Amino acid sequence: MAVLTREETDALIAEVLEIYPEKAHKDRKKHLMVNDKTLESSKKCITSNRKSLPGVMTMRGCAYAGSKGVVWGPIKDMVSVSHGPIGCGQYARAGRRNYYVGTTGVDVFCEMNFTSDFQEKDVVFGGDKKLTKLLGEVEQLFPLNKGLSVQSECPIGLIGDDIEAVSKRVAEEIGKPVVPVRCEGFRGVSQSLGHHIANDSVRDWILSNRDGQPFEKTPYDVAILGDYNIGGDAWASRILLEEMGLRVVGQWSGDGTLAEMENTPNVKLNLLHCYRSMNYISRHMEEKYGIPWLEYNFFGPTKIKESLRKIASFFDDKIKEGAERVIEKYTPMMDAVIAKYKPRLQGKKVMLYVGGLRPRHVVGAYEDLGMEVVGTGYEFAHNDDYDRTIKEMGDATLIYDDVTGYEFERFVETMKPDLIGSGIKEKYVFHKLGVPFRQLHSWDYSGPYHGTDGFAIFARDMDLTLNNPCWSKLTAPWLKPQEEPMQEAA
Amino acid sequence: MANIMIRQKPAGGLVFYLPKRDMEADIRSIEFDTPEKWGGELKLENGGVYFVDPIPRPERLPVSVNAKRLVAAED
Repeated sequence: MAVLTREETDALIAEVLEIYPEKAHKDRKKHLMVNDKTLESSKKCITSNRKSLPGVMTMRGCAYAGSKGVVWGPIKDMVSVSHGPIGCGQYARAGRRNYYVGTTGVDVFCEMNFTSDFQEKDVVFGGDKKLTKLLGEVEQLFPLNKGLSVQSECPIGLIGDDIEAVSKRVAEEIGKPVVPVRCEGFRGVSQSLGHHIANDSVRDWILSNRDGQPFEKTPYDVAILGDYNIGGDAWASRILLEEMGLRVVGQWSGDGTLAEMENTPNVKLNLLHCYRSMNYISRHMEEKYGIPWLEYNFFGPTKIKESLRKIASFFDDKIKEGAERVIEKYTPMMDAVIAKYKPRLQGKKVMLYVGGLRPRHVVGAYEDLGMEVVGTGYEFAHNDDYDRTIKEMGDATLIYDDVTGYEFERFVETMKPDLIGSGIKEKYVFHKLGVPFRQLHSWDYSGPYHGTDGFAIFARDMDLTLNNPCWSKLTAPWLKPQEEPMQEAA
Repeated sequence: MANIMIRQKPAGGLVFYLPKRDMEADIRSIEFDTPEKWGGELKLENGGVYFVDPIPRPERLPVSVNAKRLVAAED
C-alpha cells in the first residue's frame, strides 16, 4: 500500500511543478512519474539521461567523477593521475571509502592524490611536457605500481593536449600500461558518460593484455563486476560466492588489481552488481570472449537467496548444492536480524535518491525489514534502469529522475517519509527539516551493506538512525507550545 | 550508420542494443535468417526499423555490426 493514491501523487507532482516557468515546467514534468507496474517500458513515462536545467539544484557529478572516482580510482595497484587543475583530484580523493588491502604509498595508491596541478602557463603552452615529467616521477617514487592511468580534467580537452601520445611514449619507456582516459568533466550530462568512457578505455588498453597467456582455469571461475567495495561490500559478497564453491578471479574495481582485470577474460561468468557503470564492459566481454553476464543483488535476504540461486543456475550441481548450503547456513542469522529489528522498523516509509543501482537494489532489503519505499529516483540513470525499477517498486509510488533540490524537499514535506536515503549533499538539509537521514552512497561511514554480514549492519544502522531519540529534540525551546498560559507572567 | 550489438536472449529471440543511446529493444523480425544470408531489415518492438547489410549468420552471438536507421524508435 502506497501512502498516496495514484491521483494524489499526480496532484503532488502538479503542485510541486507549479512554481517553475513554463519551459522548465514542461521539461521537469517529463522526469517525474507515478509508478505503474503493468508498464513494460519506462520510455513513455519518464525521460532520463538528459541535460539538467540551468538554474535548478541538481545533484549530479561529471564525467571525471564517473571515471576517476568510480571506475578507475579503486583499482588499488594502479596510479590514477588527475591531469589538470588540482581541485578535482583533491576533493575527490578517498571520498568514496573504497576499502582495500595493502600499504598505501608502497604497493597500493587509492587514497593518494596524484595530480599535474595545472597552472595558467600550462593552459597557454600545453601540459604534455609536465605530464611526461610527472609520469616519470611517479614511476621513480612509486616503483611498485603496476600501471598508470591519466584521467583528464576539463582543460585538457579544451586546449587539446595529446595525452594519448604521451601515454604511449611513457608506456614504452617504463614497460607498464599507461592508459589515457578522455574523461573531461564537460563530456555528457552526468557521471554516467564517465563510466562509459572508463569502460571503453579498460576495453582498449587493459582487457586484452594477457590474451593467449597461460592461465590456470577452473570451471567455477567468476568475476565480480561493478562492486566498488564501499565499506567492504565486495568482501561481504565474495564470502558468499566462495562459500558456495565459486572462485572469484577478479574484483572490478573495489580492492581490485590490474592483474585481476587482465585475467577476467578467462572467467566462466561475469557477475554484475552495478549495471549502470559496468554493463558496457560486460557486453564487450560477452561478444569478444563469449562470457555471459548476470545482474545480481546482494541487499537483503530475499534478494540474496534469489541471486545465489540465479548464479548457481549457470553451473553444475555442485554449485547448486553449494548455494543451498550457503542459504541454509545464513538463514537463521538473517532471521534473527529480522526478528530483532523488524518490530522496530515495521511500517516505516523510506524515500530514496541515489546513483546508479541502489534506488532499486535496496528496496528488497527495506521490504525484508517491513519498511516501505514510497519514492525513489536516480541521479544519472538511463531508460534501461527505469525499466528495471518499475518492476521493483510498488504501484503508485513516486519516481523522480535527476530530482532538483526544491522538488525533493517539497516531496518530502508532503509525503513525510520516516527515513531518507541519499547522499551528503542532501543530508544536512533534511537533518534541519528534522527527518532521519542515512547516506546511501557511502553508507554513512558504516558498512558493508552487501551480503548476509552486510544485512545485519544495514538493519542496525537503519534502526540507529530512525529510532534515535534526537529527532524529538529538534524544536527550539522557544518554539515549543507553551505549557503554562502567558497571562500569568503579566 | 550506428554501431549496434545483437544479442541472443536467454529465453530465445534476439535483442538489439544501441550503445550510444543505451537503447535496448527486442527484435520483432529479421529479414534474412539463413546460414548464408543473415541481416537485412530489423523491426524492433519499440517501432524502430534498422538495416544491417546481410552477412553469413554469425557463429556466435552477440555480434557488433553497423546498422542504418530506417525508421526512428518512437519516443
